[in-house]
Amino acid sequence: MIPGSFEYHRPESVDGAIALLNEHGDEARLLAGGHSLIPMMKLRMAVPSHIVDLQAIDSLHGISEDGGELVIGALTTQHEVLISDLLARKCPIIPEAAALIADPQVRYCGTIGGNVANGDPGNDMPAIMQALGARFRAVGPNGSRDIAARDYYEAAYFTELEENEVLTQIRIPTPAAGHGAAYEKQKRKIGDYATAAAAVILTVESGRCTSASIALTNVASTPLYAEAAAGALVGTDLGADAVDTAVRLAEEITEPTSDGRGPADFRTHVAGIMVRRAIARAQKNAG
Amino acid sequence: MNAEVASVEERKQNLKGMGTARRRVEDARFVQGKGNYVDDIKLPGMLFGDFVRSPYAHARIKSVNKEAALAVPGVKAVLTADDLKPVNLAWMPTLAGDVQMVLADGKVLFQGQEVAFVVADDRYAASDAAELVEVEYEELPVLVDPFKAMDPDAPVLREDLEGKTEGAHGPRRHHNHIFTWEVGDQDGTERALADAEIVAKEKITYQRVHPCPLETAGCVASMDKVNGHLTLWGTFQAPHAVRTVASLISTIPEHKIRVISPDIGGGFGNKVGVYPGYICSVVASIVLGVPVKWIEDRIENLQSTAFARDYHMTGEISATRDGRITGLKCHVLADHGGFDACADPTKFPAGFFNICTGSYDIPVAHVSVDGVYTNKAPGGVAYRCSFRVTEASYFIERMMDVLARKLEMDPAELRIKNFIKKEQFPYTSALGWEYDSGDYHTAMEKALETVKYKALRDEQKANREAFARGETRSLMGVGVGFFTEIVGAGPIKNCDILGLGMFDSCEIRVHPTGSAIARLGTISQGQGHATTFAQILASEIGIPADQITVEEGDTDTAPYGLGTYGSRSTPVAGAATAMAGRKIKAKAQMIAAWLLEVHDDDVEFDVDRFVVKGAPERFKTMAEVAFAAYNNVPPGLEPGLEAVSYYDPPNMTYPFGAYVCVVDIDVDTGVTDIRRFYALDDCGTRINPMIIEGQVHGGLTEALAIAMGQEISYDEMGNVKGASLMDFFLPTAVETPVWETDFTVTPSPHHPIGAKGVGESPNVGGVSAFSNAVNDAFAHLGLTHTQMPHDHWRVWKTAERLGITA
Repeated sequence: MIPGSFEYHRPESVDGAIALLNEHGDEARLLAGGHSLIPMMKLRMAVPSHIVDLQAIDSLHGISEDGGELVIGALTTQHEVLISDLLARKCPIIPEAAALIADPQVRYCGTIGGNVANGDPGNDMPAIMQALGARFRAVGPNGSRDIAARDYYEAAYFTELEENEVLTQIRIPTPAAGHGAAYEKQKRKIGDYATAAAAVILTVESGRCTSASIALTNVASTPLYAEAAAGALVGTDLGADAVDTAVRLAEEITEPTSDGRGPADFRTHVAGIMVRRAIARAQKNAG
Repeated sequence: MNAEVASVEERKQNLKGMGTARRRVEDARFVQGKGNYVDDIKLPGMLFGDFVRSPYAHARIKSVNKEAALAVPGVKAVLTADDLKPVNLAWMPTLAGDVQMVLADGKVLFQGQEVAFVVADDRYAASDAAELVEVEYEELPVLVDPFKAMDPDAPVLREDLEGKTEGAHGPRRHHNHIFTWEVGDQDGTERALADAEIVAKEKITYQRVHPCPLETAGCVASMDKVNGHLTLWGTFQAPHAVRTVASLISTIPEHKIRVISPDIGGGFGNKVGVYPGYICSVVASIVLGVPVKWIEDRIENLQSTAFARDYHMTGEISATRDGRITGLKCHVLADHGGFDACADPTKFPAGFFNICTGSYDIPVAHVSVDGVYTNKAPGGVAYRCSFRVTEASYFIERMMDVLARKLEMDPAELRIKNFIKKEQFPYTSALGWEYDSGDYHTAMEKALETVKYKALRDEQKANREAFARGETRSLMGVGVGFFTEIVGAGPIKNCDILGLGMFDSCEIRVHPTGSAIARLGTISQGQGHATTFAQILASEIGIPADQITVEEGDTDTAPYGLGTYGSRSTPVAGAATAMAGRKIKAKAQMIAAWLLEVHDDDVEFDVDRFVVKGAPERFKTMAEVAFAAYNNVPPGLEPGLEAVSYYDPPNMTYPFGAYVCVVDIDVDTGVTDIRRFYALDDCGTRINPMIIEGQVHGGLTEALAIAMGQEISYDEMGNVKGASLMDFFLPTAVETPVWETDFTVTPSPHHPIGAKGVGESPNVGGVSAFSNAVNDAFAHLGLTHTQMPHDHWRVWKTAERLGITA
């Protein structure tokens, strides 16, 4: 539980961080809240020679609305997300999910950018961002680009982010007023990753589902955007047949591993239950 | 308060003696973060040790190359077994009569086994260098399944025991066999089973778990080369025994070894044994001439230090058709890992497992235990229970429910029908224990009344009907558990550890101004000894508890004792405290009589003073007597007011209790909600009700952890699965339900103050209550037994097997 030695850098601008990444290549790692990277370093599963701490970069902090988008700076902590009035009003699924992450001490340090950026399949925010259709702003030596959350994850700990890019913002199309959302997560205890979890976002007009998105946490090596499952709900009255179909389609795309949370068949089953319960709650929250 | 006008009640309150919910005096420093744990100790020039551990469960060591490690700046030494051999310390004795490698000698027997010890200027250098020690392994076939340990072609684990047909506990019949231990009447039991109207049989596994104290194990060894004195600070639950063992194996004379247990962050049995880290730190300090610190990390603690349980029990219980038990048989396959490092009294290789007839009047019984080696970490400690008592209690309490199902009888009714009756105490069990006292019927009736048991069963019936109609996906379970503990080891005639009788001790000095210090042979790891032992003394000698310092854990100052585990501190050291107090009181009475100018027999003790019989206005307070002890004692009497008592208990004590657990199980997710948990404990005389309540809360929380989630498991290669707190279930306040506590008081007839011990009861009784509740939820569907831990996936699998999942 003792990390290897490393050089510590604390740039004050995104450009400064990128310059350090360019200089040190794959020997450098970005540090945000530290709640993914530092445990990996203590286990010596990550042995970076250079740590580039992003805390001092003011532009990476904060939550705002910009046109039709909610913009969350990558260094915004889970706690700040949890207490944001703006998010509570416009996009309550984000604070709802933040409250299910670990414990208060972790949430005071852990950041939303760190949670989505490094591709840990156990993290909760990636599925939330996929369900919301969020984009991640990546800034590199050649300027910035936006990557859709639904395209960002390649495999466990492998993402679209280049080695010399910094994920600076999460940009979320402000969900329609009156949408209903829910995040259902089963875990063994506080601080645990999900056995399975599901995010569901719905709009409902006159009892009919007019749009739906569903995403799953920790039942594959990446978060899963369950497009077909969501499609099975659109245009229906969210009756039992439609929900059963959505649950089945969601279960079909899962590829969980067997671990201490249970064998793969159980985790797939739980994913289905979480989808079912999240649909029911999102429907209740809609309108 | 004016001592002369205060009422008796006021004077009693002022003492804060037995029965008072006195606040813990330890907490002021703990809640401020000002405790002094072993890792807080910093000595000039101190170095740090770290282990190279085996990634394999069974492998031969072809070579160890230290060069790269020694080249790391700050590294002072790298020790291997070859370095320990010249001082005869490559192996060490275990508490169970076996030997254990300190550092791997030619082979490794479990994943995480200590292979080399790196010593450096700081932890970082030690850890960096440990990564650079090159060990070449040749993998060997791995033995994980204890049921295959004694197969003819099973791999030979302990090559050092080749040809050794006699073990510490009798003959060995296979190269992986450690011992067979039998108790009871085998023929009689077989006859009872054969003749019985009803026999229920079940295989019950109590999974391997780990005590997981908040503070891991560690030590600081400091050898003073000038005077030849070794000081060893460490997380020791038995500091005096550690000193003796250290002397025996190091050949340093015992008077030149000082062992100090500072504040300890929980032990639960995990800190009773001797670990390679202690030996390596001592050797490194001797070699290098400076202090050496070794502190485990969490993964090391879970992976390599003493586990608990891992008992595979096959039981048969027989009864008449109307539910009178006629016999009990149990066979245990005990998985001990690579070395037998169980912490049990010498004559009890399976601890007090033969308490497994529980609280019931069972006429005949037989128990046999086979201990075997496997490629797993050694241990077998009592995790918040007296020696193997929680296994025994779990066994009988599950068997009672299994039998109740077979008889189609209510499990509470079956228990009540078979309880040992109040008038049968002292009661000798079929397996040889003499239960000191008990009133089981009263306790059970109080419990069932309080929880409204009948109403719970009615509610459950309605729930099951609603479930069958598809109106709910939740099943309600009611778990009833009744336990009898056996604690306070123990009488020297049958209890020793490495030949050291299991007495304990207390030494008291009363100071001239009427305050006092008491030193004991035990050591608190959170039990609150500094609070409760002062209360015993306050009641015994009339000095306020707030004016009594209690000190433990320094072998240079405290009297010899066997330490704190197995709920033995109150039954043994608590008794020594009372007895030493009575010696003080006897001398004080002589002094008081002298001061009052009357005969010794004409004064009597009254709360905090001696009064002249029939003339209560004539008295001397304990404070006055204390001062007189230093300047005005009767002719022929030595000055001073001190006493010491070494207490050899005449018997164990037998706390008991009735627990009821109510759960609601979501059959779609396997999530079990603990709706209610009621715990009635009878620990005899209650010294501090608040501390008892705290102990019960803690013990129940650990029982919850074990029943609902804890498990140290291995894959087929012998890799430890989930040895971190990410996976190992340590409940937080969120997972922990509200505990309801209650009590009855049945004093121990042989203990000086009637106290029995309580620290472990809630764990012993709790586990079966949780498990019974989960099993009970599915009982109407035909389930008799499902294995712990009752985590989400196992519960769901049970529901799936019973055909009730969607």
